[in-house]
Amino acid sequence: MGGYILRRLLQAIPVFFGTTFLIYFMVFAMPGDPIIAMFGDKTPNPALVAQLRAQYHLDQPFIVQYFIYIGGIFRGDFGISYSGVPVGDILLRTFPVTLKLAVIALFFETVFGILVGLISGLRKGKLFDASSLVISLILISLPIFVIAFVGQYVFGVQLGWARTTVGPGAPIGDLILPALVLASISFAQIVRLTRSSVIETSSLDFVRTAYSKGLSRNRIVPVHILRNSLIPVVTYLATDFGVLLVGATVTEGIFNVPGVGNTLYQAIIRSEGPTVVSFVTVMVLLYLVVNLIVDLLYGLLDPRIRYVK
Amino acid sequence: MRINRRIGVGVVALAAASALVLTGCSSGGSSSTPTASANLSAIITANGSEPQNPLIPTNTQETGGGRIVDSIFAGLVYYDATGKPINDAADSITTTDSQTFTIKLKPNQTFSDGSPVTSNSFVKAWQYGALLSNAQLNQSFFAPIEGYSADADSPLTGLTVVDDTTFTVKLSAPQADFPLELGYDAFYPLPDSAYADMTKFGTDPIGNGPYKLASPTAWQHNVQIDLVPNTSYTGGRKVQNGGLTIKFYADLGAAYADLQGNNLDVLDSIPSADLATFESDLGSRAVNEPTAVFQSFTIPGRDAHFSGQEGQLRRQALSESIDRDTITKVIFNGTRTPASDFTSPVINGWTDSLSGASVLKYNPDDAKKLWAEADAISPWSGTFQIGYNADGDHQAWVDAVSNSIKNTLGIDASGAPVPTFAAFRTSVTDKSISTAFRTGWQADYPGLSDFLVPLYATGASSNDGDYTNPAVDALFTKAAAETTTDAANQDYQDAQNILLKDLPAIPLWYSNITGGFGTSVSNVSFGWNSEPLYYAITKS
Repeated sequence: MGGYILRRLLQAIPVFFGTTFLIYFMVFAMPGDPIIAMFGDKTPNPALVAQLRAQYHLDQPFIVQYFIYIGGIFRGDFGISYSGVPVGDILLRTFPVTLKLAVIALFFETVFGILVGLISGLRKGKLFDASSLVISLILISLPIFVIAFVGQYVFGVQLGWARTTVGPGAPIGDLILPALVLASISFAQIVRLTRSSVIETSSLDFVRTAYSKGLSRNRIVPVHILRNSLIPVVTYLATDFGVLLVGATVTEGIFNVPGVGNTLYQAIIRSEGPTVVSFVTVMVLLYLVVNLIVDLLYGLLDPRIRYVK
Repeated sequence: MRINRRIGVGVVALAAASALVLTGCSSGGSSSTPTASANLSAIITANGSEPQNPLIPTNTQETGGGRIVDSIFAGLVYYDATGKPINDAADSITTTDSQTFTIKLKPNQTFSDGSPVTSNSFVKAWQYGALLSNAQLNQSFFAPIEGYSADADSPLTGLTVVDDTTFTVKLSAPQADFPLELGYDAFYPLPDSAYADMTKFGTDPIGNGPYKLASPTAWQHNVQIDLVPNTSYTGGRKVQNGGLTIKFYADLGAAYADLQGNNLDVLDSIPSADLATFESDLGSRAVNEPTAVFQSFTIPGRDAHFSGQEGQLRRQALSESIDRDTITKVIFNGTRTPASDFTSPVINGWTDSLSGASVLKYNPDDAKKLWAEADAISPWSGTFQIGYNADGDHQAWVDAVSNSIKNTLGIDASGAPVPTFAAFRTSVTDKSISTAFRTGWQADYPGLSDFLVPLYATGASSNDGDYTNPAVDALFTKAAAETTTDAANQDYQDAQNILLKDLPAIPLWYSNITGGFGTSVSNVSFGWNSEPLYYAITKS
């Protein structure tokens, strides 16, 4: 077990270098000079542009810029954003907000998704099943920004039940509406996954055996059916967590959440190499860790899966 | 069963929700002007965006940082709502030859940390901003002052400190409207403490303006900045509220939702998706008026068919083939005003009756005739294209203008999108763009000269089309040396009559400010530069 975890953690090292290198290359390859864009429709004096390019190492070949950046990381320095703020500080400020948003969304989609999916699966073909399938189909087919705008307009502007955008400090109360929006599509996916998994498991021999042994339904459903149906759901949740971190960009923009997606979007627009690369790298690392945790969870859910040597 | 019912309720709520959306946003229009007396401790919230750079006046060029810097610093003059300069830190600005200016400061002024505002606070700040190696974005604003160099470090020899409250500025050539520029943020003073670590100063700036930062950590990056009145400020911009919180939005849609949801008091820009409905949504709280923003597209003389007599005819034909009235109504929902010159209606000296302005009217028959005359010189070939950046809101109007040209002249015309603003501006700046391209200009100070000289003088900084005409240059020089504003404005109008013949850029329209304010605030007005006058806003 320990060796397995260590091996997985060692794998993160080439992934770290690979992603940072690729992303740095992509930011560098973006057309246009970010310094000239700083001046809007005005044409800046070339000597001044050269001065500013030198200040941000933009006059160096991309490989040199990359090593300047990586060298800084090993000294704990993620570089400076164009607004003069250390990127490390921005990371520390924005990641907790997005994590909070992602965790709330994950909570909603997991709890409600599994619950609705389980009931649908157990009551296959009944009214509840049919209506939950229709609702999940609607949610899956709606683009997230439509759900976000409707949610914001109805619950924020018209009914006044939620704040239209997230306030400073991103209090949990403000995050519930954006989290529900963020969770809506994955909720629908989880309902469908759980439902089909529950239907499949319910027809397996061991479930019939359990019933014939006279075990109560209250024991069979959670222990025998649900637990064995969760593996595909947990796998989905792991990948979805990564999607939540990245896909939050649209939702964060609409609800003005001061999180990763919003900040990353602006950094990409400004071609701020160090900011973009640091953000994406931390996202990748988080994604790796979450996937490791999920792989370990499999063992708990299904004793047949064990990590030996 | 319980869960079942809950889902049912959810479905009803969703249906109700969509009904609300479908019936639209017709709840506005209740023009309840607050009559309750103003609350001097109420905080005004306004929209903004995360400043691109540390808050150093000489390094702040975009609006996100600009509105904060303008609130926490006071320059020699400030502009009232009409753009008229009013002495702020200055007691008087005098000249006898439009080349050497004597500036006297009001006595006993201080920065918000208590340090004095002296002649040195200005002179040192300007020297800092003009020095190339300090790489300040506003460096070019010091160009008129003697000693300035764009290519090398060079002190401003034209600045002389006479005493603590007097200094003189000598320009390298006469420029009558120089005092008009002095309200721009490049010319703000800095306290001595700034120079120790300028970047650090920029994250917690100390100013001498009507507001100051509420605390050293008042700038919450990407979230908001909290400003409170600066009690040591004694100038004319007297704060009528308890403070100002500028919330940063990456997306204007979120800001508009906040305005509607009463989470925001002042919004200075309506997202384009809501332009068609904001006036009915907000009723009397909607703002839609012209500003000092001029929009055009530029056809470089280096493009084939666009130089000499042939080029002049083709430019006039293109201009007359554009139906500006319809495009501004249909594409922009009336939030643009068709152009009648190269400047802006909010600027002193603007007129809609320049003799050459008829070329800006839609006149398909004349356009066809002019185009045919040009064809007689050299037959037209190819496609007429207008370059623009695809990451802005430009495609709709570029397509409309191209269509107008295509339908009138019967030639192939289309937009030529460039993916990003950075790529677009880079190709314009290094002159590698091979088509006509969109150009816009927002003035930095309310004078006709700012719309004309940097754009159309030979070799000027933003003359992206490489336009040159000695007669225009001579009028610009003459205007700069005039001793009265009226005489200078007359020269600029004469120059514009030549520009209307040559059409180095095809004027399209002036942008309007589109904005709105909440139900609990009043006295909301927008300055000549489309920035709200925050200090005057009151809240009940």
